[in-house]
Amino acid sequence: MDAFSKAVGRALYADDLRLPGMLYGKILRSPHPHARILSLDTRQAESLPGVRAVVTGRGLPVPYGILPVSQDETALAMEKVRYVGEPVAAVAADTEETAGRALQLIRAEYDPLPPVLSLEEAIRGKGEPVHAKGNLHKAVSLKFGDANPPEEPEYTREDAFFYEGNTHLPLEEHSALALWKKGRLVLYSSTQTPFHLRKILAKVFGLPEDAVRVIAPKVGGGFGGKLDPFAHDLCASKLARDAGRPVKITLTREEVFYCHRGRHPAWMNIRTSWKKTGELLEMRFRSCLDGGAYGSFGVVCTYYQGGLQPTTYRIPSYTVESARYFTNKPPCGPKRGHGTPQPRFALEAHLDKVAEELGLGPVELRLKNLAPPDSTTVNRLRVTSSGLRECVEKAAEASGFRDKFRKLPYGRGIGFALGSYLCGAAVPIYWNEDPHSRVRIRLDAKGGITVFSGATDIGQGSDTVVVWAVAEILGVPPEKIRLVAADTDRTPFDLGTYSSRVTYMAGNAAREAAENLLEKVYRRTGGRRMPFEKAARIAVEKEGALESWGSYKPPLKPANFKGSGVGPSPAYSFCACAAQVQCDPRTGRVRVERITFAHDIGRAIHRPSVEGQIEGAVHMALGEAFLEEQTFHPSGLHRGPGILDYKFLSSLEMPEVKLILIESKDPGGPFGAKEVGQGPLLPVIPAVANAIYDALGIRMDKTPFTPENILLALERKSCGRIPRVGPEGFPDIPFPEPTHIPASLPGETVPC
Amino acid sequence: MTKFLLDLKVNGRRRRLRTRPHKTLLEILREDLGLTGTKHGCELGECGACTVLLNGKSVYSCLVLAPQARGGEVLTIEGVPPEHPLIRAFVATGAVQCGYCTPGMILAAKAFLDRNPTQERTSWDREALEAVSGNLCRCTGYAKILEAVRVAAGKKSRRR
Repeated sequence: MDAFSKAVGRALYADDLRLPGMLYGKILRSPHPHARILSLDTRQAESLPGVRAVVTGRGLPVPYGILPVSQDETALAMEKVRYVGEPVAAVAADTEETAGRALQLIRAEYDPLPPVLSLEEAIRGKGEPVHAKGNLHKAVSLKFGDANPPEEPEYTREDAFFYEGNTHLPLEEHSALALWKKGRLVLYSSTQTPFHLRKILAKVFGLPEDAVRVIAPKVGGGFGGKLDPFAHDLCASKLARDAGRPVKITLTREEVFYCHRGRHPAWMNIRTSWKKTGELLEMRFRSCLDGGAYGSFGVVCTYYQGGLQPTTYRIPSYTVESARYFTNKPPCGPKRGHGTPQPRFALEAHLDKVAEELGLGPVELRLKNLAPPDSTTVNRLRVTSSGLRECVEKAAEASGFRDKFRKLPYGRGIGFALGSYLCGAAVPIYWNEDPHSRVRIRLDAKGGITVFSGATDIGQGSDTVVVWAVAEILGVPPEKIRLVAADTDRTPFDLGTYSSRVTYMAGNAAREAAENLLEKVYRRTGGRRMPFEKAARIAVEKEGALESWGSYKPPLKPANFKGSGVGPSPAYSFCACAAQVQCDPRTGRVRVERITFAHDIGRAIHRPSVEGQIEGAVHMALGEAFLEEQTFHPSGLHRGPGILDYKFLSSLEMPEVKLILIESKDPGGPFGAKEVGQGPLLPVIPAVANAIYDALGIRMDKTPFTPENILLALERKSCGRIPRVGPEGFPDIPFPEPTHIPASLPGETVPC
Repeated sequence: MTKFLLDLKVNGRRRRLRTRPHKTLLEILREDLGLTGTKHGCELGECGACTVLLNGKSVYSCLVLAPQARGGEVLTIEGVPPEHPLIRAFVATGAVQCGYCTPGMILAAKAFLDRNPTQERTSWDREALEAVSGNLCRCTGYAKILEAVRVAAGKKSRRR
């Protein structure tokens, strides 16, 4: 859609914007991971020539958070700081240099406290907790289905895994530009969720929501990292009000690492029971998340730890216990796949071990236990279309999996794994009955078509989907349609770009709006005897401009238990991945030779976009598997807040990806389409781990699979110890008594 | 700090401006000349988003100090004609997602194509990938970027 304007450099991102009289803002950040703020003296900074405004925590005291249950942040730290890099003050000045000098003149005195830097420390709970209520943020315990396994288990296995934290690293650094016009706040921000940001700004500034306008210009990548409201959004707004001039704050790359909200480190334990013939009877999944300093999306992430295992496999009796702890590190939140890549890694690597011990092929074991289409899972998720079986068969066939598995020479191996993801959460962040997406189409006097959509294109191609849907229904070329997007004043409400909801929800709203317009136009021309463009001209001649609306709301009500809001979706995508690797046992280096990927997309609306999403997800997944880790020194300092230290794959390391698209035509999806933005990340990481085992006979039960860890496992193997790298057991966590949700609830109807 | 007179050619047009010597070419382009098509992702020479051509060679403009560009010829994305085969190929193949790496990627690819037209050789793909390996992309997985460079060079599409 906007590829041309991006390719010629005309597309404007937040930092490309400049307004007359604009000031530059900068943020002072905490050097301590955990400390009480004794004093903040900004007088010298304020008197520096060229400084126009300075703000500290007291100037922005209203707490907020992306989730209603986690309103635990303020824009600037108030009484204490909770991670290195936490914002404590902000200045606006005529130039960036002056703003930087002013930061150095702010005198901050701290009383350092012992930091809580690991899950073990958070659980042990010595010293002052991160938050007054203690380090335990959330603990959930749910039991689904049969109280006991339906048959006596013949085989049981338990494994522990650790998934290291990592971050989104969008190439565009976050930027926000604020101005006030007649008491109204206007904020341009590189955000994935303009409407949520508007809500938070209104709350913090005590304004009605319609006194705030948020515009998302082009966004240079998000992956979940631009979902939360951030200090720079609020500080730019506050400084602009105080200075009476527009203020722009653009983060440095280092600061982006402190914003984070990325993948939670997770310590997991999985136990399953089986019949010898390979039927899964029971699963207990436990997970413990290292949440960082604030709530963010953490509660949702905690529930997601157990959420999507049942969309791929039938589990008669299923127990999930998960917890999230606060630590003195940048807050974790939603990254591509939200809280599901960690458990998916554990589950699929565990299944590989089970298959081996039961003497079954990994593909065969999975096929025996697949969740069927048009069914309800044990945790009350309604699965509609599912091309999962086809994904498995096609990926196995195209990769030559059955011919290669356990047959390749030492050092080479192949692994297999599955994945599944939502097409948008059925329950909004703020529970209400309104549609999740609305789209408006205006047909103006000259027959021009303008589509207004609140969805934000962060590079994933949602603009293309919205315009294509309208073009398809109206029968006009997409080039003739103008799109206005992601502006809270001009476009109708949309929840935003997260949980892979845009194609499904905004796509459906666009389709409905176009159908309504079609009907309106042809009603005025007395039937469908002429092409739309001609009919449109006649229709608008009669009565000036015409307008139509469409909306989408998932046709689902969550089941009646606490936590049931996390997981339901109008549809699920499915995928299967085979990874083939070549490992060097002397250096511990792994080269991925080929990824074979089958994805059930429902229907591919725009094939290059679908392929690009999968290739991009595989790329990000391989980064998580081999290179990426957001880790910290014992002092609480980030180990490498820059792209030189935080490495991901360059064009030279990216392997060939063979793609197979399965079109299961979802009955509720726009033209049958489902999501592709997040799901394809999931199976890649365990498929690689399983391939490394096939190649070297070592289990990488901990990410990332670095040469050091591979050599360590090989050394253990050669000493006759267990050939693996990963955690043991599971920490002792005070989980509540599980809430039991039986296989069927009396009087329950699963809505379809 | 004292200013100096910077005289250079940008996109074929002579530009003279008084500026401080510690400014980077990236800052000159974006802030003094308003050419925001050149992006920044780190300002430390790590990501390649700010790639421009300086005297025909691809450089990270964040690592070039203003005096080093003196008398030079700079090509930014604004100076690449919209009908250029690379631009058309990037749009047509789906090599543009968030678009933030795209201008730098196109210029790095242009430097490669300018010195390596279309000779058939087995290492061509590898060389093309090497040419853009200093330009990081977080969205595409690079497959469609290679495809775009191939198409722009008039090579056969390898699309399935």
